[in-house]
Amino acid sequence: MARDGEDAGMVKAAKVKRQRKKKTKENKTRTVHANILYDNAKGEENPNRHYANNKIKTTKYTLLSFLPKNLFEQFHRFANVYFVFIALLNFVPVVNAFQPELALAPVVFILSVTAIKDLWEDYRRHRSDKEINHMDCLVYSRVERRYVEKYWKEVRVGDFIRLRCNEILPADVLLLTSSDPDRLCHIETATLDGETNLKQRQVVRSFFDLDCDFDPTKYNSIIECEKPNNDLNRFRGYIIHRSGRRDALYKENLLLRGCTIRNTEEAVGIVIYAGHETKAMLNNNGPRYKRSKLERQMNVDVFWCVIILLVMCLFAAVGHGLWMFQYGDKRPVFDVLSPEGTDLSPIMSAIYLFLTMIIVFQVLIPISLFVSIEIVKICQVFFIHQDMDLYDEETDSHLQCRALNITEDLGQMQYIFSDKTGTLTENKMVFRRCTVAGVEYSHDANARRLAMYQEMDSEEEECTSHGGTLPRRDSVTSHQSARVVLRSQSTKSHRRTGSRAEAKRASILSKHTAFSSPMEKDITPDPQLLDKVNECSSQMDFMRFHSQPMSQLPSDLSDIIDFFIALTICNTVVVSSPNQPRQKVKLSEGYAPPLKSPVKTIEDFIKRFTPSRLTSGSNSSSSSSLITNRSSNRGCSSILSSPSAEKLRYEAESPDEAALVYAARAYKCSLVGRLPDQVTVELPHLGKLSFELLHTLGFDSTRKRMSVVVRHPLTDQITVYTKGADSVIMDLIKPPNTGENSHSVCFIVYRTQNYLNLYAADGLRTLCIAKKVLTKEEYACWLQRHLEAETAIQGREELLFESALRLETNLHLLGATGIEDRLQDGVPETIASLRKAGLQIWVLTGDKQETAVNIAYACKLLEPEEEILTLNADSQVNDTGHCFINENDYSADHIYPSSSPSSSSVPFMVHRLGLVIDGRTLAYALDKSLEDKFLAVARSCRSVLCCRSTPLQKSMVVKLVRNKLKVMTLAIGDGANDVSMIQVADVGVGISGQEGMQAVMASDFALPRFRYLQKLLLVHGHWCYSRLANMILYFFYKNAVTLIFWYQFYCGFSGSAMIDQWYLIFFNLMFSAFPQLITGTLDKDVSAETLQQLPQLYISGQNSEEYKPYMFWMNMIDAFYQSLVCFFIPYFAYADSDVDLFTWGTPITTLALFTILLHLGIETKTWTWMNWLSISFSIALFFTVALCYNASCPTCYSPSNPYWTMQRLLQDPLFYFLCVITPVTALLPRYFYRACQGTLFPSPVQVGRQLDKLPAETRRNILSLSRTKYVNHIEQAKHHYHNLFVFQPYINVPDTITVMGHRQPLECNLVLLVFYVKVFWILGLV
Amino acid sequence: MGKVKTKTGPLARRPDNSAFKQQRLPAWSPMLTANTVLPFFYFMALICMFLGVWLLLTVQSTKEMKLDYTEAGTCDRCFEKRKNVSNAAQPCSCTVVFSIGKKFKGDVFFYYGLRNFHQNLRRYMDSRDDAQMVGRKKNLQTPSTYCFPFTTDQNGQPIAPCGAVANSMFNDSFVLTYHMPGGRPEKVPLLRQGITWYTDKNIKFRNPKTENLTLPEVFKGTAKPLYWQKPVYELDPLDPTNNGFINDDLIIWMREAAFPNFKKLYGVLNRAKEPFTTGLPAGNYSIEISYNFPVQYFRGRKEVVLTTLTWFGGQNHFLPIAYLVTSSLILLVAIVLTVVWWKFGKNGKNMEE
Repeated sequence: MARDGEDAGMVKAAKVKRQRKKKTKENKTRTVHANILYDNAKGEENPNRHYANNKIKTTKYTLLSFLPKNLFEQFHRFANVYFVFIALLNFVPVVNAFQPELALAPVVFILSVTAIKDLWEDYRRHRSDKEINHMDCLVYSRVERRYVEKYWKEVRVGDFIRLRCNEILPADVLLLTSSDPDRLCHIETATLDGETNLKQRQVVRSFFDLDCDFDPTKYNSIIECEKPNNDLNRFRGYIIHRSGRRDALYKENLLLRGCTIRNTEEAVGIVIYAGHETKAMLNNNGPRYKRSKLERQMNVDVFWCVIILLVMCLFAAVGHGLWMFQYGDKRPVFDVLSPEGTDLSPIMSAIYLFLTMIIVFQVLIPISLFVSIEIVKICQVFFIHQDMDLYDEETDSHLQCRALNITEDLGQMQYIFSDKTGTLTENKMVFRRCTVAGVEYSHDANARRLAMYQEMDSEEEECTSHGGTLPRRDSVTSHQSARVVLRSQSTKSHRRTGSRAEAKRASILSKHTAFSSPMEKDITPDPQLLDKVNECSSQMDFMRFHSQPMSQLPSDLSDIIDFFIALTICNTVVVSSPNQPRQKVKLSEGYAPPLKSPVKTIEDFIKRFTPSRLTSGSNSSSSSSLITNRSSNRGCSSILSSPSAEKLRYEAESPDEAALVYAARAYKCSLVGRLPDQVTVELPHLGKLSFELLHTLGFDSTRKRMSVVVRHPLTDQITVYTKGADSVIMDLIKPPNTGENSHSVCFIVYRTQNYLNLYAADGLRTLCIAKKVLTKEEYACWLQRHLEAETAIQGREELLFESALRLETNLHLLGATGIEDRLQDGVPETIASLRKAGLQIWVLTGDKQETAVNIAYACKLLEPEEEILTLNADSQVNDTGHCFINENDYSADHIYPSSSPSSSSVPFMVHRLGLVIDGRTLAYALDKSLEDKFLAVARSCRSVLCCRSTPLQKSMVVKLVRNKLKVMTLAIGDGANDVSMIQVADVGVGISGQEGMQAVMASDFALPRFRYLQKLLLVHGHWCYSRLANMILYFFYKNAVTLIFWYQFYCGFSGSAMIDQWYLIFFNLMFSAFPQLITGTLDKDVSAETLQQLPQLYISGQNSEEYKPYMFWMNMIDAFYQSLVCFFIPYFAYADSDVDLFTWGTPITTLALFTILLHLGIETKTWTWMNWLSISFSIALFFTVALCYNASCPTCYSPSNPYWTMQRLLQDPLFYFLCVITPVTALLPRYFYRACQGTLFPSPVQVGRQLDKLPAETRRNILSLSRTKYVNHIEQAKHHYHNLFVFQPYINVPDTITVMGHRQPLECNLVLLVFYVKVFWILGLV
Repeated sequence: MGKVKTKTGPLARRPDNSAFKQQRLPAWSPMLTANTVLPFFYFMALICMFLGVWLLLTVQSTKEMKLDYTEAGTCDRCFEKRKNVSNAAQPCSCTVVFSIGKKFKGDVFFYYGLRNFHQNLRRYMDSRDDAQMVGRKKNLQTPSTYCFPFTTDQNGQPIAPCGAVANSMFNDSFVLTYHMPGGRPEKVPLLRQGITWYTDKNIKFRNPKTENLTLPEVFKGTAKPLYWQKPVYELDPLDPTNNGFINDDLIIWMREAAFPNFKKLYGVLNRAKEPFTTGLPAGNYSIEISYNFPVQYFRGRKEVVLTTLTWFGGQNHFLPIAYLVTSSLILLVAIVLTVVWWKFGKNGKNMEE
């Protein structure tokens, strides 16, 4: 009735809207209407019909398109085209060499193997698509006037969908309502970016104050937003209500496909982007394909093979022409006319023969090489995946190979570029010390506690390795005495009581618990500071009670309380409770919470759900209770007065935020709740205080700080709390006006700066905390412009940025914190052994120079006895083109007093150089004119450290080194800032750590920890490289054994083959294919243990020693010799006899097979049962096929007719005699050479193999001996090399050096010149 | 490193600790150094030496007689005659004499040989129709295209057997006569049948089904190959069962030789009668040749070979010599390696590097 009228109106309105939509389409926006309005209308009336539906299809092919599309893709590979060309050539009667159908076989085989592989992959994608498409979700149906279950694929843009807790979002949905009283919805985005912390999403503002339940039928707004794009962190648009009111939409309103709803009972939203247009799908790009160095090298040799092939064909063609010519006009009886019946001239027949020979000799180009390499690589990837040593228990993750075809590159790396934070370090932040109002609080007790954790850790590891006896830490102070030794294995669950082990366990049990190991959570407060906090808060309490203005508080005390408030609220930490499992437990029947009840605090929330949790008794609860018990047993001061606060868990986007919040909690300033517009803090004496959160100006890398604007509940002032990098905050500190306390402010800033330097020197991450009090007017003024910025559609980011800059000025410094970022396990050892392996390690970090240098010392990247060159361009004057490079010496206890040229008694120090360069200087160094010099300096240094570098600079450095030095580079990092570097490097490795998944997404290999790099490179890299290199070489050899060529001399170069076409075509494809695959997959030249103990063995891969260009030719020559032997021994043995062609050709095939297999046997280093099996299988297969083929049909294989040949041969003793003599003669030189080489001049790898064979005791002795000797040897050789080659060209320093495009003044050049001279001196050249 | 029993729970993704997956399969890894390979070298040298000597002794016991009759004896006349194609139809016969110094004991094989005849040319080899040879009626009437241009004659009649191989069949025939000292010449009896592979005679080559028809009737409607003087069903005038595609000479000819110089079996000495029961006695012999096959176009030679065989084949000294040479090479290498081992590798010197 009334509705009908409304509908009619709607349809009319829709038409109008459609017109408008057309208009807006040009504006590159998307308009979304509610679908239910158009349920009655025909399909074309629906304005949303142009948008993609939610059905996803990631498959490449359909049933119909598979064949053409797949073939088309395969023909992109040149080799396939070539082989098809050859196969088709067979159909031309003049030139055909084989039965055309048979000649097609190999190509068809190769193509179909690849096609089947593609088909299978596609089928798997189809299956998973289907599964996803058929997931259920609740969609509002107008007909039934309720939410009905529908498949995901039926969801369309404009549908209303109801989401329940723990459901996965089917599409990108604009949040319209939530059961949460604060109109929030929590989502977990782990599938998108790997971040495990919950994120809050807000209901669209205009639906915020909806009192009753959201009714889709009453919805009639229009949404305009941007076109689908892949930026996860951007969503802009507005919603137009019927009233004409517009409300802006932000990314906070959008729930992305693939995320999971958490902690929210129910939410309703409207679908904005569906299916392939969702941000998640747009972000989803498949694996990348790189070409490895080995493959590039191989392609060159394939090219050589082509040349050899052409030469041989040409030779045969000329030979045939001459042979024809010698008979003159008289044609011998055996010369048959061409298929056309014409008499061919010698020249014409030579030309035809050339083409025929291309077909006959096609085996020279290894058709199965590419497929075999692919198969072997897949197997290698499988083994790398399966390696237990690369599995991390803590995160239950193992190495992932994301790029399947560059495994062998891992064995050839020369330069490693590493990020620091999260890669070398844990990126688990531990609060260490702080400075408040210029007073340092050293937190010695905390430091002791941390030290003990470490001790415990190592002890525990020791004990586990000894199997079962474990110390149990019951007391903080005297863990030695209180050690309880447990022998029983049944107490396994209690075994891991050590700090890290427990962290491991906790994180394993409740997988999503990020950053909550006790080490980070439990902070022992500094007693002095604790007293002050108590004093301060009690005073404040007192003042509040007596309603005195807070400003009367002494400034240092107010600073302290402000400092902690800032720590607590100036962040984006989300509070949750461990007792409250993330996956909200289904409520029991009958328990229907009044949805609208005012749940204003988290505590309330917790109380409400605790009982149901207890009944559930999940894993996570037991783990958390374990933690609780333990901490109460310990009875240390970390137990807080408020049990509720103690249970709270903080989830932060960056771990240092959480560390600070935990630190503040130790001082009883706990964050207990965070809502979009208010933060609740519990302070000692003062109880819970709610700060009205006016704005949050989030962290960004340009500003390097974040701020919150709050209304202070006690003072009622509008206060800005800012937290950020010291370099930026210090510049923003309000210059002291000429007040009475100006001196003290100055003093505080000075002191704080000193402490900051100290912290940095200790390798701590420093942050400055500042505040600013705004007057109402100031705030109103700022707010107005800020709101303008917020609602702007164009350039909103820039405006917000400027707005933030306006606010963050004239700050009042509160204090600074020092956070420790602990080194990951085994980093120094890994770096040391990678170094020994001849890898140059550069660290590129965005961190401060001091911090970076200290971490570098800690992980043994720099060593105290090293001379450190520091390149710092002066920032203040660089615009005028003035630069200076100073040379500093950072080594703390340096044996040599200074680096001045006077101390000339340092001969052995010659090559110990480290280079430290900062971002600013790097900008100059990367300039075109200076990059060569920079590289020259950097190459002569043992380690290079680039600090304060931007992501772009990181990638530029990698690119520079890669392109200029022509070396293989590996970049490893964990954060979004490493992505560009990872993509540029030959091999990108991502640490699947805690800074999201972006690095992993961009990487070729993803590691759980840095230390696994050692085994990945030294063992797997080495193996992959040597296996593949040997296999490729063997392939070339195998195919080059061209016996048919020699036969051409005996058949008038007519292109006939004594080997039956079947054997010829299937020889490489089947008979000799398996053993090499097995060897290529399983062969181990040196054992994993030795490879790790002797990292020097890696150098062979770096120098490409397994596959040098000359080796290809050596193999060719060997193949030439072997083919000669395999041809001429049977030839002379049968010469002058009545042997027929195939009775003679079949033994040759057999001999060639034996020879080739035995050759492989010589090259095989380890023989497992699989090798034996594959070789026996090959031989058995050959004889079986031959016997069957020879017995099957006397007429089928026309024109060749090898009927009963094999059967006859097996009765012929001569055949067996040939089978003995020929392989022996053919392989004698190689065998002899290998034996000589193994005895006289073994390669390091062979020495390693010999070591493998020794008993363990002797081996250990030799290793300890050789370690020192060998390393010195290599290092010396290396640096000698550098001295010779690097510096010679730079002795002539050019007169002018262009920096940043300006002609530099002379002094700069002089400085540079001096610098070079100094370097020369250091290197002992000048 | 305990084995994980369950695949659920916290360590779900932990890889299996199996020898295969961890690449710890038990393996034999031989080192190729002087001291490890030396025993093998010496052993191989001995083996080869032994085999070489054995083979040499075996080969020594064979006898062989080769006779190039292209222009020998009275054959020069026929040779000249065959130079002219127009004389192809005229018969020509000649006689060549030779003597054997020592008796050929045991089975004696009579070969004819051709030199410089490339039976292994690609297009020549392909020019045949196995399906026709196996007796398929269909192919008898319409030979395979492989036979081209020898599929039909000028009248369009299909050729049987078609193709260049059959067309160029060797058609000299020989009569070997033994001139016993003081006695009258005695014809040496040769077995001209049963000299093919059993499978060839019975499976690969068969005449079309006769069904009470005589052979000429079966081959009616086909033409003889261009160069042949008589049709395929009259190849052996003496034995009617040896005609058509199952003619031994044809079968042997159709087995294409591997090299341009080859011999093909013509017959085996029939040792039923004296004086040939123990072999071919020493003495003078003559061969009467019906000289038909022209060789001058391709500068070829024709010969006859009389030889005895061992289990190992004919008189070919290559293999024993190859064994002996290889054996000495291995020995040489082994000695060099011994020296190397003695000088450098004995005390594990390379371990210290």
